[in-house]
Amino acid sequence: MTKSYKEAFWWSLFSAGGMIAAMLVPVQIFLTGIAEPMGFVSLDHMRALVSNPLTKLYLLALLSLPFFHCAHRIRHVLYDVGFRGMQTPVAVVCYGAALLCMLYAVVTIVSL
Amino acid sequence: MSYRRPIASNWWMAKTNYKLFMFRELTAVFVWLYLIFYLCQLSQLGKDPGTYTTFLSHRASFPWILFHIVALVAAIYHSVTWFNLTPKVIVVRQGEEKIPDGLIAGPHYAGWLGLSLAIIFIVLWS
Amino acid sequence: MAERTITLEVFRYRPDKDKEPTFQSFTVPFREDWVVLDALNYLKDQTDGSISFRWSCRMGVCGSCGMMVNGTPRLSCAAFLREYYPGPVRVEPLANFPVERDLIVNLDDFMKKLKAVKPWIIRKEEKPVSEGEYRQSPAELANFKQFSMCINCMLCYAACPVYGLQPDFVGPAALALAHRYNLDSRDEGQELRKEVVFSHESVWECTFVGECSVVCPKDVDPAGAIQQEKVAGALDLVKSVLMPWGSR
Repeated sequence: MTKSYKEAFWWSLFSAGGMIAAMLVPVQIFLTGIAEPMGFVSLDHMRALVSNPLTKLYLLALLSLPFFHCAHRIRHVLYDVGFRGMQTPVAVVCYGAALLCMLYAVVTIVSL
Repeated sequence: MSYRRPIASNWWMAKTNYKLFMFRELTAVFVWLYLIFYLCQLSQLGKDPGTYTTFLSHRASFPWILFHIVALVAAIYHSVTWFNLTPKVIVVRQGEEKIPDGLIAGPHYAGWLGLSLAIIFIVLWS
Repeated sequence: MAERTITLEVFRYRPDKDKEPTFQSFTVPFREDWVVLDALNYLKDQTDGSISFRWSCRMGVCGSCGMMVNGTPRLSCAAFLREYYPGPVRVEPLANFPVERDLIVNLDDFMKKLKAVKPWIIRKEEKPVSEGEYRQSPAELANFKQFSMCINCMLCYAACPVYGLQPDFVGPAALALAHRYNLDSRDEGQELRKEVVFSHESVWECTFVGECSVVCPKDVDPAGAIQQEKVAGALDLVKSVLMPWGSR
């Protein structure tokens, strides 16, 4: 048995992403998933907000680490329900998907 | 010859605590889905107002609102279970005594409330 | 007045005779102050002398009598019949371990893992007796005392689904004991233990189900110990990136 820095790395991302998700995702869901479609947010105000660099930083934090948090949890759930024989492919798919989502997020936010 | 008892693949259905654990872990699926859907919404924001308004009216349909309500419940369950576990991870001692669990989880809940209110204010009223 | 009774469904496995385990039903007298261990000893005395099970102190300090009672890992000396009345009470060997015979499981795997975490004080240089004893303040003792209460009863391993699914997981008790020594002010062996504690089969396998801490009869909280070691592992990673030269 030897130290695994890889696992320490993924766990750190999971931990940071989990804290961000716990703090920010509920209010985000309420605002962008329920309040905004139902017309409680002015479009001009939303556009002004997202063009602000501080908002972009906030969005980058929200749409990066939480993907890795979810990926780590889903990876381990897959192990727990029987995919333990495919350790490496499952990990690659999960973290790979998170990376792709994060890259899409960076591109989207930067071009706003 | 020792006898090995295999573990069932639906092991988590045998006990309430295991089921709650599985629900907690599966909140990650809803969080991930929400973040992707939100990213799509954000990418529409850059387009002309007409396109975005049409997009939003789509998101106001019943299935979408239902998804977001379910996702909100899942996200809150993630937050509550996450903050409740912080005292197990962060141990602060005063001499021989460990400070009460509430003093570790409490500030996290306070931060959650404060941040949420601030963001609601910024988005809805400022 | 008719004496009250309760039924025990006992897991039987005799390797010399049985290919598959079976359950055997027994009726025992129901006494308010009896525990499952009392019922088993009554059965062994009066009904079937071949029933095999481990026990010793009968007061929750030796860790010998762990078994599954109605699907939950319990110390049979601490599981009162009155908690299960009117029954039946299903008694099985501790989950996630191979069964040797009846209610006796093979614990070699745990013994191997326990040794691997080096659960003893490690000093870079042993202090000679002439220099006197190690001194430790009550606060320094309080740091690790909770984790030293482990009686190696293995209920946590029986409750842990990760251990059930992945037998090479080092497991709750071994990791809690590693943490106990890492927190001990007299110990200087953290670096040595890291190879095991931060290995792939170790803290990183744990998904914080938390059932280990729920079933622990001594409130050791192995789940908490493992999470604290994960934080230590993350800090170790940061240190190795920011200060790759040092490791002492």
